[in-house]
Amino acid sequence: MSEECLCHNDKYVRDALIPQIGIIQKITQETPDVRSFQVIKPGGGKLIDQMPGQCAMICAPGIGEAMFSITSSPTVKEYNEFSIKECGELTTYLHGLHEGDQILVRGPYGNHFPVEDKFKGKNLLFIAGGIGLAPLRSVINYCLAHREDYGTINILYGSRSKKDLVKLEEIQNVWEKAPNTNVYLTIDREDPEWNGHVGFVPTYLKEVGFDTDLTAIICGPPIMIKFCLQGLTELGFSKEQVYTTLELRMKCGIGKCGRCNIGTKYVCKDGPVFRCDQIDELPQEY
Amino acid sequence: MKKIAKENLPKLFAEVSAAMDLFTPVKMADVTNWGLWDDSRVADLDTLKTVKSPKDVFFPQCQTLYMVHHDDNGFEISPMKLTEKPFCVFGIRPCDVKALTVMDQVFLNQEPVDTFYKARREHAVLVSLACHKPAQTCFCKVFGTDAAAPDADVAMWKIDEFFYLEAQTEKGTAWLDQFADAFEDAEGAGDKIAKEQDSIRSIVESLPYTHLSLEGWGPGKVEEKFNDPHWKELSDACLACGTCTFVCPTCQCYDIKDFNTGHGIQRYRCWDSCMYSDFTLMAAANNRLTQMQRYRQRFMHKLVYFPENNNGLYMCVGCGRCVDKCPQALNIVKVIKTMGKENADV
Repeated sequence: MSEECLCHNDKYVRDALIPQIGIIQKITQETPDVRSFQVIKPGGGKLIDQMPGQCAMICAPGIGEAMFSITSSPTVKEYNEFSIKECGELTTYLHGLHEGDQILVRGPYGNHFPVEDKFKGKNLLFIAGGIGLAPLRSVINYCLAHREDYGTINILYGSRSKKDLVKLEEIQNVWEKAPNTNVYLTIDREDPEWNGHVGFVPTYLKEVGFDTDLTAIICGPPIMIKFCLQGLTELGFSKEQVYTTLELRMKCGIGKCGRCNIGTKYVCKDGPVFRCDQIDELPQEY
Repeated sequence: MKKIAKENLPKLFAEVSAAMDLFTPVKMADVTNWGLWDDSRVADLDTLKTVKSPKDVFFPQCQTLYMVHHDDNGFEISPMKLTEKPFCVFGIRPCDVKALTVMDQVFLNQEPVDTFYKARREHAVLVSLACHKPAQTCFCKVFGTDAAAPDADVAMWKIDEFFYLEAQTEKGTAWLDQFADAFEDAEGAGDKIAKEQDSIRSIVESLPYTHLSLEGWGPGKVEEKFNDPHWKELSDACLACGTCTFVCPTCQCYDIKDFNTGHGIQRYRCWDSCMYSDFTLMAAANNRLTQMQRYRQRFMHKLVYFPENNNGLYMCVGCGRCVDKCPQALNIVKVIKTMGKENADV
């Protein structure tokens, strides 16, 4: 965000709070309440260069602005993709938009998963629930694009039902066929159209019983994260091996508006990615 | 050293305001607050504390960031112009000057810089008036401010019917030079000012909160203070009115909102308060559900989190406005004492 703004004095860069225009190039209905939006610059090209796990602020003028994780991998050079669940005022509005419509975007914000150091050479275990796949998808696809840098990739993903599995086509056609990659899918309740595993993610985690040489990355509803952490501990994982993301209300995205402050951290700039032992050091207020 | 008779101030203000925006404390409907001076207004330099601090001048309570217009071709974003001309803040008190250095940590010294705030800070000339009659609720000394020695571009003292001014920065020297005709030379007034400073400092020494101890607060106290059982009883009477945050010179939390002007969308930011229940409300949940949690957040931020992130600098300057204004008498002094070393009734 360092381009010069014509409206501003030469001495100042364009303020970080001022967004850019993004064009919705493609909308995919992933599940009944999740849509993915591919966003590009007006005239084409990628809007934001990000690292896996980083977020961006999306604004619909007159409606609101909120933080969303960038679902597409940094290795995708043509666009940024956001998978968004319809659950509040802004997301409902976004779901009503069409291909070709404009939104305002600023970012990237926050830290990212340590794909360049801590994850390198490691066997990885991704655990996701529901829309929690969105931030992990950028890491998974980044790791698959740099396949030789990482060991075995395990992906454990669950949702309420088959139709609530986000990116199912990509999971079955790309991830399941990727080298040295194991995919474990589960849904909460029996479904005549589903012949795979049925049961909650934390239970399935213990049933599979992963080796403790893995680095685990969890994202999903808070209750799922909590029980997965317990499960991993029971399997013998230490908290230094487990990463997750936090999400709190944000307005600025740059550690100034005060909303996402927990202890000495601002989730928007010091997060959203935290190692579980780092989370333990925060006041219990998230 | 320069001086100017009190009766000549309106003439000085007229000259200054012809050259640049001039902000002074102004009394309206019996309430003194900061305002843009013009010849219909009388600056009130006698009232010790404006109700709201001058943070408004640098970080406005409401500030448009950009406009969004929409036509057949889509959106057009027009960022608001930044301050480009010098302006003068006349009569700011030493604690409020210190408060600006606290806000600088957030807006200037952590990337990315807030360009709106930066432009205001860079173009301001601060003329700071010593506090000749500090109030019972003042405790600036606790946070290292000397009410007798304003730390600004120009320091100013009022003795009898004269204001004595001394430049302390190049910007201050240039400002005094620019309006040199309005001032008389006051070389040799040093003794007079030193005597006045002694008098101010002896009043400060006698104030009830001046020797408040910060022991037990500051960096490294997150776990201990967060889990202190006193938060519950301290916050019980809190009405969640947010007055403390609005009168506070260092509270900098903000919201960003939309206003539909009928011709476009104005995206503006405005002061917000961590005391309000919707401050952290999301579609899915709220991570601070009780007023105790919100109350604790405000003081933990000021007395523990911020100092830990900013080399021990507290996010309080001891102006005492919250002590004056809280309708339930729940203030930072009470918090510092109850959970700090003194552990005494206030």
